[in-house]
Amino acid sequence: MNIIACVKQVPDTEAQIRVKADGSGIDETGIKWVMNAYDEYGVEEALRLKEKCGGEVTIVSLGPARAMESIRTALAMGADKGIHITDPALEGADPYVTASALAAAIKAVPYDIILCGQRAIDDDAGQVGSILAELLDIPQITIITKLEVEGACVRAIRPIEGAQLLIETSLPCLITAQKGLNEPRYASLPGIMKAKKKPVDVKDAAALGVALDKKLQVLRLVPPPARSAGKIIAGDEPAAKAAALAKLLREEAKVI
Amino acid sequence: MAKGVWIVAEQRDGVLRKISFELASTARKLADQLGEEVGAVLLGCGLANAAGDLARYGVDKIYLGDNAVFEPYTTDAYAAAVAKLVREKDPSILLLGASTQGKDLSSRLAGRLATGLATDCTEVRIADGKMVALRPIYAGKCYAEVVSTATPQMASLRPNVFPAVEKAGAGEVIAFDAALDPAQLKTKVVEVQKDSSGKVDLTEATIIVAGGRGMGGSEGYAILEELAGILGATVGASRAAVDSGWRAQPDQVGQTGKVVSPNLYIACGISGAIQHLAGMSSSKVIVAINKDSEAPIFAKADYGVVEDLFKVVPELAKECKILLG
Repeated sequence: MNIIACVKQVPDTEAQIRVKADGSGIDETGIKWVMNAYDEYGVEEALRLKEKCGGEVTIVSLGPARAMESIRTALAMGADKGIHITDPALEGADPYVTASALAAAIKAVPYDIILCGQRAIDDDAGQVGSILAELLDIPQITIITKLEVEGACVRAIRPIEGAQLLIETSLPCLITAQKGLNEPRYASLPGIMKAKKKPVDVKDAAALGVALDKKLQVLRLVPPPARSAGKIIAGDEPAAKAAALAKLLREEAKVI
Repeated sequence: MAKGVWIVAEQRDGVLRKISFELASTARKLADQLGEEVGAVLLGCGLANAAGDLARYGVDKIYLGDNAVFEPYTTDAYAAAVAKLVREKDPSILLLGASTQGKDLSSRLAGRLATGLATDCTEVRIADGKMVALRPIYAGKCYAEVVSTATPQMASLRPNVFPAVEKAGAGEVIAFDAALDPAQLKTKVVEVQKDSSGKVDLTEATIIVAGGRGMGGSEGYAILEELAGILGATVGASRAAVDSGWRAQPDQVGQTGKVVSPNLYIACGISGAIQHLAGMSSSKVIVAINKDSEAPIFAKADYGVVEDLFKVVPELAKECKILLG
């Protein structure tokens, strides 16, 4: 089976996000870069499929030079090869351009199934997987917590509000991984050593023939909306504080 | 030239979901500023009453696809029908809910219509004739103002943030035949496993009582369940509690859990890490109960109680029971 897993390198979730003074972007100095957590579930599921069905796992990533680290991490986990799409012209690409670049790279190789994370924790957009599936004209099952592939038959569990859906489709298809799909393995030391020699193709926008015009433009970044200051409930005893709180919630906040 | 502010309404079992009214009211507001009409695409099966409900919230034209092929929701059927209508009628704006269905459909449509989509927005407004959307990024550590460079300008709205305001629209129902090619429908819902507990999903809850590391174990949640029962609330959990195995993954609120926007969020024994705040900062009223006065959550709370939650929560339950009769 030809398995593709898409990964994105993003700031660590603990990172202090400082917006530049002109609001044009964030200050990247001192940021620790990691593989997007949701993509880790995609890579792990890809590796499990390979263990079950045989075949190869190719990691595809769009990002600056430093993104190669995340590709190597996935290779160290057990993936076989990579495609690194990197080009200054693709910096700040919106979801449509990103998906277009990934589609161009993936169209050129054989694939049966594509695994993406359900969203990246930097832009939180959650679009690239679906747009990629659309551009490749393949079905999608998004935000899944379980995957089963038997021959060409694909089944996945997709949690929705108040229920879980069991959805069926066939290969080739694209899935996006939700937390709970699996527990990603750690790269072993032998894995890390082997990863250095695994082949990674480097492609630029021109080589892929990607149109660069963005569909979504960021005007500026702003700080989060401020909440007005709250109050600490005074009282001698827990019971007194509880009573005061209940009254405020009822009469002042009017939420109960 | 693209004209019209459209929504894709959401329904289940023939009943419109609350997000549909939030979408309609927001569309009405934008349309009034632009001097345009509000359209709604309503897909499902057995929708006799639903169309009229949309008219009450400002919808002028309801494009109704009432057909078994639209029940339940599938990406392929809905994307095909909406894209077909959009290409025919050329609206300038298309709004969906940032629910699980809305996220799946809006992103596929953004691809099919080759347009810009702002996801999980907390504000939309018109500036110079274009829709400017405000959306959280980096788990809400900052926000981005974005515009689409193509039409329809798409946005998915965070549930329970935009008001649902009754304002009569023309309410003309236009039934359409999507004439879908069965070969286009490549996914099938084989089974719907309804959540047996019958409790309201966190993303739709009006009141949430959540417990974190301070709960100390799964047994601690009994007092939260009691309070939740009295308030008609759903119980949530922080990542620490879920990773410790005290609560199940679907209960997790936060950056790698659910994004919730209840009217009231009571955080018990939760320190308020930025990743948790990412999931509940849209809550209208936040209460923090924590014995650590330095816990970061107090900076975000509207009401804070610095106290042992095991002493306060049972008392709060008692008080609420009396107040609510």
